[in-house]
Amino acid sequence: MTTEATPLVDFDDAVRRYDPVLGIEVHVELGTASKMFDGAPTDFGAPPNTQTTPVSLGLPGSLPVVNEKAVEWAVLIGLALNCRIAEYCRFARKNYFYPDLPKAYQISQYDEPIAYDGWVDVELEDGTTYRVEIERAHMEEDAGKNTHVGGATGRIHGAEYSLVDYNRAGVPLVEIVTKPITGVGARAPEVARAYVQTLRDMFRALGVSEARMERGNVRADVNVSLRPSPDAPLGTRTETKNVNSFRSVERAVRFEISRQAGVLDAGAAVVQETRHWHEDTGITTSGRVKSDAEDYRYFPEPDLVPIVPDPAWVEGLRASLPEMPAARRRRLQAEWGYSDAEMRDVVNAGAVDIVEATVAAGASPAAARKWWMGELARTANEQGVSLEELPVTPAQVAELQALVDSGRINDKLARQVLAGVLAGEGSPEEVVTARGLEVVSDDGALLAAIDEALAAQPDVVEKIRGGNLGPVGAIIGAVMKATRGQADAARVRELVLERVQG
Amino acid sequence: MSTISREEVARLAALARIDLTDPEVTRLASELDVIVEAVATVSRVATEDVPATSHPLPLRNVFRPDVVTEPLPAEEALAAAPAAEDGRFAVPQILEED
Amino acid sequence: MADDLTRLPAADLAARLAAGEVSSVEATRAHLDRIAAVDPAVHAFLHVDAEGALATAADVDARRAAGEDLHPLAGVPIAIKDVVVTKGMPTTAGSRILEGWVPPYDATLVERIRAARLPILGKTNMDEFAMGSSTEHSAFGNTHNPWDLDRIPGGSGGGSAAAVAAFEAPLAIGTDTGGSIRQPAAVTGTVGMKPTYGGVSRYGLIAMASSLDQAGPVTRTVLDAAMLHELIGGHDPHDSTSLPDPLPDLVGAARLGATGDLRGVRLGVVRELGGEGYQPGVRQRFEEALELLQEAGAEVVEVSCPHFQYALAAYYLIMPSEASSNLARFDGMRYGLRVEPTEGPVTAERVMAATRGAGFGEEVKRRIILGTYALSAGYYDAYYGSAQKVRTLVQRDFAAAFEKADVLVSPTAPTTAFRLGEKLDDPMAMYLNDVATIPANLAGVPGISVPSGLDEGLPAGFQVLAPAKADDRLYRVAAALEARLEERWGGPLLAQAPELEVTR
Repeated sequence: MTTEATPLVDFDDAVRRYDPVLGIEVHVELGTASKMFDGAPTDFGAPPNTQTTPVSLGLPGSLPVVNEKAVEWAVLIGLALNCRIAEYCRFARKNYFYPDLPKAYQISQYDEPIAYDGWVDVELEDGTTYRVEIERAHMEEDAGKNTHVGGATGRIHGAEYSLVDYNRAGVPLVEIVTKPITGVGARAPEVARAYVQTLRDMFRALGVSEARMERGNVRADVNVSLRPSPDAPLGTRTETKNVNSFRSVERAVRFEISRQAGVLDAGAAVVQETRHWHEDTGITTSGRVKSDAEDYRYFPEPDLVPIVPDPAWVEGLRASLPEMPAARRRRLQAEWGYSDAEMRDVVNAGAVDIVEATVAAGASPAAARKWWMGELARTANEQGVSLEELPVTPAQVAELQALVDSGRINDKLARQVLAGVLAGEGSPEEVVTARGLEVVSDDGALLAAIDEALAAQPDVVEKIRGGNLGPVGAIIGAVMKATRGQADAARVRELVLERVQG
Repeated sequence: MSTISREEVARLAALARIDLTDPEVTRLASELDVIVEAVATVSRVATEDVPATSHPLPLRNVFRPDVVTEPLPAEEALAAAPAAEDGRFAVPQILEED
Repeated sequence: MADDLTRLPAADLAARLAAGEVSSVEATRAHLDRIAAVDPAVHAFLHVDAEGALATAADVDARRAAGEDLHPLAGVPIAIKDVVVTKGMPTTAGSRILEGWVPPYDATLVERIRAARLPILGKTNMDEFAMGSSTEHSAFGNTHNPWDLDRIPGGSGGGSAAAVAAFEAPLAIGTDTGGSIRQPAAVTGTVGMKPTYGGVSRYGLIAMASSLDQAGPVTRTVLDAAMLHELIGGHDPHDSTSLPDPLPDLVGAARLGATGDLRGVRLGVVRELGGEGYQPGVRQRFEEALELLQEAGAEVVEVSCPHFQYALAAYYLIMPSEASSNLARFDGMRYGLRVEPTEGPVTAERVMAATRGAGFGEEVKRRIILGTYALSAGYYDAYYGSAQKVRTLVQRDFAAAFEKADVLVSPTAPTTAFRLGEKLDDPMAMYLNDVATIPANLAGVPGISVPSGLDEGLPAGFQVLAPAKADDRLYRVAAALEARLEERWGGPLLAQAPELEVTR
């Protein structure tokens, strides 16, 4: 039995002396209109027990019928994970008692999953990629939801009773199980996080789920074990549940490594158990000990018939797979000509989509990045909002840059124009006009300003005529000041030289 | 020789969530013993080369389209509930954490 | 008058209704009166819905008067085994754990019965959760065989068979997992048919063993069974295991058979069904029936199905395993009985165990424990896994036999009706009642039982089995036998049943 008082070992120290191995189980709720085995609706947030039929309520006499869209999407997920798709598979009953399980068994898949033996590459923040191998992806149905009443925190311990809502019971799930994730060392927490994020992005790209962890559309359970070295046999693993965000995934893995190192250092054995992650305190605590009550007595579901996916249909689905986020990022980076570091910055800022839209609206990739990662990122940070939330559109940014490119405004003016757009004064064009921020293009006006400046600094003329072009800058500066920055510096320079030398 | 002991019956009863009295456990152990002996004959003839048949008929790929049908009204879903509150089924305290 | 109405086969009653000679209200009332008169002694019914039945009957009469096109069986009353879910009417599956449960939905076969407008008289008694061969395991008392009230009516569908045999209903619905339609038919002198697996929807049948259960007709004549079978059978999108094929012409086959000509039909006598353990009188009636069929032109061949000897064992592994899982939902959380433990903390886990301990009868507990064992980690391969292999072998035996014969025949059950209480202490002895009927459930092939005659005053049954989806063959052969036997008897076998004392 783990004594929770066992001191934690510093993470860096722990990964120096132990080799962590991970296993991650992700459940994704498919966004189908109806449930896995009946036509009950699946909308989020409906009043309790208004989304059941006799089938999802598990009433005596009810029978399941498989949702064909759920199967299709499960296959898509398998294909996106580079899995082999089963030529023949069945559903199986997983038998256990729990109030949120209406039939006292879950229809799942046991030794015949729809997809198996795949892989997915995950990218860490610094650009390192790691290949996570996928054991299997299988279909199953979700259980209802318990709300615990009474007790201190409303969680189970100390609860007086529970209230059950079966709206969620029967919603289609796909469970994805990794093979042991080895060779990650100190990067284990990041790999775990990146893996879950990669899956989330993939589900969205496939259109099979809204994939919002905070809504429970995507759930992750992390398994962690330590061993003295990579050559040693696998250690005892714990399974941590209630990991409800990417951040939690990373923190929970980190904590478990520290905790287990502490246990092993103390000469004790890690207990094989399910643990519960606490976001507020940043620790895991012991949950159910996995006893022999876990005999699920799996057997093939007799109320359903086998699924034999048509190979041609599977290939058709494979061909229809949309571009996966990682592949898309690589393609865009190449198209945009960004360096790895530049692309990483854009990705980490969550600006890929917005840069893409800006480029599509006509801006160069360099300009798009300049604005979004520069001035706009700064503004967004100050206001504590996301780039998307700023009151400026990619099209407007492209328009702004076009104004600079055409010479109507310069960079400095452009920043003022942008400020105007953000303030709600209109499009860049409108702001330029309303505020009169155009570069002075009238040579006459420029010459007048130049003459004034030259008159004010007579010795400059001599110097320039003498071949010393240094002071030209001072004249330009004076002209810029006189025109409140709305002169095209290059043109001023030309005119100055003409004036002086001509 | 007993294949199914009292302890085994007790374990199975716990797994199946059925409270049994002591006399029930004893009686079941001996009855089941007889039955298990009788049915154990199947393993003799069920050799490796014989495939299992879980279904009498070779149906495959039976599906329904992803179309929403009329759900049960909440009152009907809850009508037979031994206890209900706020539109949910009220169930006793659950000991195990999930 | 009323007496006559209850003695009519359903087809005859239907004809009179169609001809306007009698109203459905009259016919329904006659049967309700008969129920009131004899059911205190027979106890076939758990619930009688007089109001609902009469309302349907009145509705039918009105529509008929208005010239509406009605189903051939419209207005003919029917009883339904209490394992079938009926909306608004209590459904108990013979168990205390569902006492008072009123389903919010109808089984598909009930929907079809309602759509055809047959007045539903009520729900019939059964062994709890269809586990039994005598109806003695009902939580709500025994049903008594109308031929001898001290004897069992068979099981698990003893209520439906007794209702029909006692003229309380012309039609009834039963379910058959290991013989629960056919064996009661045999011991009550009635007709019971188990369709090809998947031939009738299981949606709304409280499940016992999902891969074995089938609903089917319980009647007094073969033609009635064919008509009812056509009404309730056919594909159901709510049941993934229901056959997509349309039903063959069953009524046509029954009518053809009734002409008594069976030339060209090969009858396979299964050597393994009908030898040791079968009551001599039962075997004699079987042999005599076989002779009659030969006179009708059928050819008799002997076939061997060597793996049938393992069928009972395989059945008593597969069935409890599936049942243990199907019955797990009865946990006191959402419907039905809830019992709290008298001492100690009231937790969900303990309430579940207390509820199931109190709500399930002995036979159900026995089979759940057995099934839990057979599926347990470490035992699966030896028990459940092996049983599924025996199933393959049994199917192969049938396939081989059907190469040599068009139908297979045997006595339906080894004995006639035994006394109430006689076999209660010996589960294995009780299980042996199903030895001839079980192979058909394992293989999914259809089977019918028709009366073969009496042995010491008690009915015996003649079973006919056909290949999957060839249900029409059964109706033809059974109708032929029925015609010839009734010719010999001078009427149906039931005419020889003792008159039941009528309670006033």
